[in-house]
Amino acid sequence: MALCEAEKTFVLHGVEENFRIDGREREDYRPMELETSIVSHAFGSARLRLANTDVLVAVKIEVDIPFPEKPNEGKIEFFVDCSANATPDFEGRGGEDLAIELSNSLSTAYQSSRAFDLSKLCILKGRKCWKIYVDILLLECGGNLFDAVSLAVKAALWNAQLPLVKSVHVDGNNIEMDVSEELYDCQKLDIKNAPVMVTVCKIGDYCIVDPNQAEEKCSVGSIVVAVSGDRLSTVLQTGAGSLHPTTLVESMKLGHTVGQRLNQALWEALQQIPEDQDVGFLK
Amino acid sequence: MSKKIHIRLANHRVNSSVAVYSRVPKIFTPGEIITPQNEFMRGHGTYEEDGNLKSSVAGVREQVNNLISIRPLKSRYNGEVGDVVVGRITEVQQKRWKIDTNSRLDSVLLLSSVNLPGGELRRRSVEDEHMMRQYLQEGDLISAEVQSVYSDGSLSLHTRSLKYGKLGQGVLLKVFPSLVKRSKTHFHNLPVGASVILGNNGFIWICPTIVNSEDSVGGFIQNLEEVIPRQQRETIARLRNCILSLTQSKMLVFDTSILYAYEESLKYEICELLQPEAMVDVALLTQQRLCMLEE
Repeated sequence: MALCEAEKTFVLHGVEENFRIDGREREDYRPMELETSIVSHAFGSARLRLANTDVLVAVKIEVDIPFPEKPNEGKIEFFVDCSANATPDFEGRGGEDLAIELSNSLSTAYQSSRAFDLSKLCILKGRKCWKIYVDILLLECGGNLFDAVSLAVKAALWNAQLPLVKSVHVDGNNIEMDVSEELYDCQKLDIKNAPVMVTVCKIGDYCIVDPNQAEEKCSVGSIVVAVSGDRLSTVLQTGAGSLHPTTLVESMKLGHTVGQRLNQALWEALQQIPEDQDVGFLK
Repeated sequence: MSKKIHIRLANHRVNSSVAVYSRVPKIFTPGEIITPQNEFMRGHGTYEEDGNLKSSVAGVREQVNNLISIRPLKSRYNGEVGDVVVGRITEVQQKRWKIDTNSRLDSVLLLSSVNLPGGELRRRSVEDEHMMRQYLQEGDLISAEVQSVYSDGSLSLHTRSLKYGKLGQGVLLKVFPSLVKRSKTHFHNLPVGASVILGNNGFIWICPTIVNSEDSVGGFIQNLEEVIPRQQRETIARLRNCILSLTQSKMLVFDTSILYAYEESLKYEICELLQPEAMVDVALLTQQRLCMLEE
């Protein structure tokens, strides 16, 4: 989507005025809609819609061998698929760069043990662990992808159910696992501190959160701050443009406070989800 | 300062339908039998199978004498001569601009069908061809009228009137083309202090009130220095959110419905109008007022 100079000027003056084109202030988010457990064959899934941005996340779990250098840690892997339905730019290999950027930022954000404790995924030290595959499908792009994706990933991990291992027998080189046969005998992942990403977009002299597509086009540079609990787990810069050190510190502060609010909002929404619900667009 | 972030659950989703049930027309789905084929002619959106006339799109039936066609509810814009459209320049070519008008193919604006600065009846010279990008460049928004429709369905536009031309500061909204009501004029100076251009192609342009359009020369000048005052900005943002509320509930967009929605929305803060509940409420109240107007 291209914008003409006059439209950009209008957006820019609006941000300076602290009154954006849809009436929001600089630190306001658009309302979101969240759905969980909508993919029946996945261990956990979530769909998040933020205005026109639509993200579907499914979590699958497999048994794997831990890395030799981290024998008592499980694995987590992110895969992003940019559907050409989202925007025609994604056709062919068009979305590949964005997909790699998204999955890399997620894996760095989840790397820290304070953000997501991988040692809980270990079954037998050095021999067996759980590996979590997080598949992210972008269904529609309406700006602010990073925030939407990280929220949906967190919700899907919250929704995921890990099979309960009753006992592990070691017999020479063979390892036998005894998994509980009860269908609902599962354990949940601890995602209280899982990171939530906030895109802080610099437009003119000010920083805004939750940019829509037009605002993204006007920004001179933006940083993505991953907030886990009350800490920052990753900071990365997206797009072209550079930021002044003082702006960087300011936008990190802004991202930090907004990230905590976002985390709180997501947590409250997740608590409202009933145990046995039956909604979803794939059911 | 810090406002609440709203994350709602899908099973708390609000039903956005405000349709008056007595007046919902029959909607045909693809493959549905419209009529046993005997003397009818099949029009757009229909096909013949097993001696029956069936619908190939989801939409409402339209009949002219023996010709039956199904008008789809959601589609790309099918242009007709005389329509007012809002479009965005995608390409500058020799003697023509390519314009995205939400139709299946890009529309064309010929250099010979624009008013160039310096008199209406001026010959187009080679210099004009070289200057084309100065007049309109990629990304620019224009309002125009459909001059003719080519055989492949693509449109030829013209801006040979002072009301058409390049658009300045404002907001573009995209809605379904079928939701824009056809009327005599699509340019409205609303009394609330803003102008809207309701493009037949579903592109709606909202901008500060145009004071006098007489002194615009062909409309190729943008004032990028001017800062729109806060009050006008609020009106524009409110109008934007009101039109989005109407289209979310699939209501027709025209000057009266926009004004009613604007008046009904005044009890909400502007950013509250992004909440689905408020949007449905505004649409519902507007629908009631429109019904009262009819009676």
